[in-house]
Amino acid sequence: MAIRVNLITGRTIQQGVSMEAGKEKPAYTTACGIIELDPADFKKLGAFRNTNVRVTSKYGSVIVKAVEATQGPHPGVAYIPMGPWANMVVNPNTYSTGMPTFKGTPVEVEVAKNEPVLGSLELVRKGCRGELA
Amino acid sequence: MTRTVTDVICPFCGTLCDDLEVVVSDDGKELLEVYNACAIGAEKFLHSQAKDRITRPRMRQEDGSWKEISYDEAIEYTARMLTDAKKPLMYGWSSTNCEAQAVGSEIGEVVGAVMDNTATVCHGTSLIAVQDIGIPSCTLGEVKNRADRILFWGCNPAHAHPRHMSRYSIFPRGFFTGKGHTGRKVIVVDPRPTDTASVADVHLQVEQGRDYELLNAFRVAFKGEQLPDVVAGIPKEKIYEAAETLKSGRFVIIFFGMGVTQSLGKNHNIDEAIAVTRDLNEYTKAAIMPMRGHYNVTGSGQVWGWLFGFPYAVDLSRGFARYNPGETTSNDLLRRDEVDAVFVLGSDPGAHFPFSSVKKIYDRPSVAIDPHETPTTEVCKVHVPVAFVGVEVGGCAYRMDNVPIETRKVVEPPEGMMTDEEFLKHVLARVKEIQGE
Ligand code: SF4
Repeated sequence: MAIRVNLITGRTIQQGVSMEAGKEKPAYTTACGIIELDPADFKKLGAFRNTNVRVTSKYGSVIVKAVEATQGPHPGVAYIPMGPWANMVVNPNTYSTGMPTFKGTPVEVEVAKNEPVLGSLELVRKGCRGELA
Repeated sequence: MTRTVTDVICPFCGTLCDDLEVVVSDDGKELLEVYNACAIGAEKFLHSQAKDRITRPRMRQEDGSWKEISYDEAIEYTARMLTDAKKPLMYGWSSTNCEAQAVGSEIGEVVGAVMDNTATVCHGTSLIAVQDIGIPSCTLGEVKNRADRILFWGCNPAHAHPRHMSRYSIFPRGFFTGKGHTGRKVIVVDPRPTDTASVADVHLQVEQGRDYELLNAFRVAFKGEQLPDVVAGIPKEKIYEAAETLKSGRFVIIFFGMGVTQSLGKNHNIDEAIAVTRDLNEYTKAAIMPMRGHYNVTGSGQVWGWLFGFPYAVDLSRGFARYNPGETTSNDLLRRDEVDAVFVLGSDPGAHFPFSSVKKIYDRPSVAIDPHETPTTEVCKVHVPVAFVGVEVGGCAYRMDNVPIETRKVVEPPEGMMTDEEFLKHVLARVKEIQGE
């Protein structure tokens, strides 16, 4: 079962703290390798909290862990903290402004229970070498 | 024995808190405790002490592993890369001091680089809007002492600028705002009920990407004209009410963030937000301020403002400064394959650029100057670790309201480690030598 939601990105305090503690550390993945979903969207997805999911947009695809949004409710809106995971799927077009369109990317979310969430360094390295599924 | 350094400046976010207290060991080598900072600021100080910190430059080998190199070799690689390139991109600059930015600018001028800072992915569109129609602004001190109506639009300081609300915007008591938060009305506009929204009097849960419409509706409401029943997901009664709240204040401040700059509409959203501020000045005093992220992104705009006349996306490749966001901005240049080398200092595009741009950095000769190991250092050919500005070396930084503040050195960097400014000075000297050959 896949659902379609509108993706936004941005800061969270956990993103800030874990980033300053070292982006190569597992805490950064725990803080940013996630997608925050509304309870209503969890129901539609038919998945438990803390399940790994694949998020796919026109621009790319990434595995993250689906967690329940703490700053909700906002059905239909999903949130990935700013970082390399979000940046695998955001809309890179700047439409002549210089600014990629980080907020408001339509994405599809589907359960991917057995696929791992990669650490930040591994994610960009594998992405650059074309080694991502 | 330990000693406490007071009035320390936090080098993380644009709030640039200036009241930290840091406990250091007597020999000035170890940083033990950080007081008054928020969780992020404290982590930034403490992480400088990490035992696994990288302290020597390193170069990527064919097989993907790192090889340690000397600072001299790193300087040589960087100088050669910049002089060999036709149009290098020198990106970042927001997490270092103005002194280093000035030296970097001179290198950029000599080698004909494109200089861009992190505004390109945060408040670049705000800068375009400001150049379009100007900006009525103020300082954070004025906010603290005077503002009784606070509007946060598309920003979430509870997470991104954790002490902003307690030091300047919502809670502090000021000269004319002696009642603190009880004397203030706070409105938050955000598509999510954020933690900032939860401490506000009113939350307008705008539909994502419909900010322009709502801003426009405010301008209609100020004049008492007719609105449709619902605008951008908000019932018109709530818009009229919020408009009245703003008009009735003595001093209104609008803080805005990535919600408006990164959603479609971009600079036009901010044009409209500034127009809202201008309209409000017909009824009361109103100002507007971008919530700047990096502690010295504002400073890099200042330095380039006085050197080149433009705050970001400055293309020096033709020997004079050109500025055309959408063309001379980092992501557009990378997307169109218009730069042939990438130099990064004081930011992390590897983590914060769309992946298609990160891949372009990986495909080119590239150098990353950063105290941390980051996704950028992971995709660059050479990584040069440096001392932490604001922790291990001082220097000037500009707060989000354009007030310059001198950051302080509190501990010694690890033995033999260079600062950004020193490294850049060496590169500049070497570049000049190469060009003279
Ligand atoms: S609010 Fe910003 S400047 Fe102040 S302590 Fe926190 S991170 Fe540092």
